[in-house]
Amino acid sequence: MLLVRRFEEKCAELYTQEKIRGFLHLYIGEEAVGVGSVRALAPGDPIVATYREHGQALVRGVPPGEVMAEMYGMQEGCARGRGGSMHLFHAATRFYGGNAIVGGGLPIAVGLALAARMKGEDQVTACYFGDGAVAEGEFHESMNLAALWNLPVLFCCENNLYAMGTAIAISHAETDIALRATAYGMPAWAVDGMDVLAVEEATRKAVESIRGGGGPHFLEFRTYRFRPHSMFDPELYRSREEVQQWKERDPIPRFFERLKGAGMLDEKGLAGVEKEVAATVAEAVAFAEAGTLEPVSELTRFVHSEEVGA
Amino acid sequence: MKTTYREAIRQAIREAILKDDRVFLMGEDVGHYGGCYAVSKGLLEEFGPERIRDTPLSESGFTGAGIGAALGGMRPIVEIMSVNFSLLALDQIVNNAATLLHMSGGAFNVPLVIRMATGGGRQVAAQHSRSLEGWYAHIPGLRILAPATLEDARGMLGPALADPDPVLIFEHVLLYNMEGELAEDAGPVPIDGAAIRREGSDVSLITYGGSLQKAMDAAIRLEEDGVSVEVIDLRVLRPLDDRTILESVARTRRAVIIDEGWRSGSLSAEISARIMEGAFYELDAPVARVCGAEVPTPYARHLEEAALPQVADIVAAVGALLSGGTEGGGN
Repeated sequence: MLLVRRFEEKCAELYTQEKIRGFLHLYIGEEAVGVGSVRALAPGDPIVATYREHGQALVRGVPPGEVMAEMYGMQEGCARGRGGSMHLFHAATRFYGGNAIVGGGLPIAVGLALAARMKGEDQVTACYFGDGAVAEGEFHESMNLAALWNLPVLFCCENNLYAMGTAIAISHAETDIALRATAYGMPAWAVDGMDVLAVEEATRKAVESIRGGGGPHFLEFRTYRFRPHSMFDPELYRSREEVQQWKERDPIPRFFERLKGAGMLDEKGLAGVEKEVAATVAEAVAFAEAGTLEPVSELTRFVHSEEVGA
Repeated sequence: MKTTYREAIRQAIREAILKDDRVFLMGEDVGHYGGCYAVSKGLLEEFGPERIRDTPLSESGFTGAGIGAALGGMRPIVEIMSVNFSLLALDQIVNNAATLLHMSGGAFNVPLVIRMATGGGRQVAAQHSRSLEGWYAHIPGLRILAPATLEDARGMLGPALADPDPVLIFEHVLLYNMEGELAEDAGPVPIDGAAIRREGSDVSLITYGGSLQKAMDAAIRLEEDGVSVEVIDLRVLRPLDDRTILESVARTRRAVIIDEGWRSGSLSAEISARIMEGAFYELDAPVARVCGAEVPTPYARHLEEAALPQVADIVAAVGALLSGGTEGGGN
């Protein structure tokens, strides 16, 4: 969690320095969701994420340097600089993006799960999306397909209460998202998304059930982003007080207190972790800074595959 | 052997499923109903519901599931009942299928085939009669095929499935019943270029899909008047086979493009522009076009006929070119 937090704080800084451009959506505040859930998956389980996916990518094992280089637009980036912050991809860790169309990743996750089923493999596909996606037709089509075909998909709704700047109460007739998922006949639970252990436990339970043939499951992680939607957002739609209240539930200090209480980590230990994380972030930045630009002559590469029959 | 376009496609699907465990067909009414146009009739009985997979009416959902399954190592054939309904899957086709390879820097390719019916002429009104393949031909990352013959109906699917990237196959609704002779051993055909279906020296008719036969009929009529007509079947709408088009036009010095799609911002406009760019000084006359009238296709037979390119329109366009006038303009 600390790595994701510090990595993204660095991203924000680099954005103001114009090292990172385009849209940058930070996960700060929501880290417990990505960290707890991705850690409960098996290494070969495919992940489909949204444009706010730095957390999932880092926890899954996409090298931090490649993530940073991607945001720098360098060819050493995990998508050769063609995707940027919103479109991190990594074949080796089965990280399928980084989708910037709200709801657009859900059908893909259903298809990945269908492939696993048809091939007789036992992977569970984890699909991340926000509360905004629940209003999309693709959400409902995907829920129905997954349930109808009993596919191994874990739907992870990161409910941070806002679809960009539109509060859930003014965009959904029924704001209990987990309840809506039950209409498709799949087990669905609401989970405290500010508690990494609760997230991890719920995910583990769901994944185990799915891998055992239990069909799709749905987890609604109730969480909050502390930062604006993107770097362009003046945050006219919510109060400072509201943000402050949620910050008091910051998953990182909360988890530290738990660890401390259990005698597993103290301030000194935390400082050690901070140091380690700072080194990783510094290395990632150095990797990106040392990156190279793909020659413009390669602009049209990868419109079609280079090896026919691949 | 005698066969139909429909049967040729069915045999192509059968062969693909028999040859490769990764191939399956998915779409609305492909199983129990036997396919909206009866293309997949009998396949559910032969291959079972896993590989002939009926879907709910969720074009975006099952098209996206096809993309996901392709990413996951399968070789899906997604059937969208008609191009009209494919508009509900545009997000998946354009934002994902066509885009993922490039946007991921080559990390993920999408070996997906999407088949769909296209075109008008059956009096089923505007929402069932569109020819939007030209729209899809606008999108980098897609290969767009339009089989107009039995050989292509039989032979394009295999190579499309072998393509590591998404391929869309547009089957004109009026072709499904087309009957003819097809060699017993008909097999794969190349999916990278146009074909000259008839050689001639006075004018090149450039067309594809459901308009090919109309162009061939027009050529026969024109021949009676002493006009030697070349007919190009584009076959592949993206990438366009510039070379075949330009070489033909350089020989005949005149070109008429026939397309059911509307002319504004269209495939026919693109071809015309390429001829201007690549063969301007070879031309004896401006490029002419015979396109769908710029109206939503109407139901009434006489109106629908007036809205779609007809043999007489093609003959008239060629006549105008040869006499120095043009049929162009309008709309």
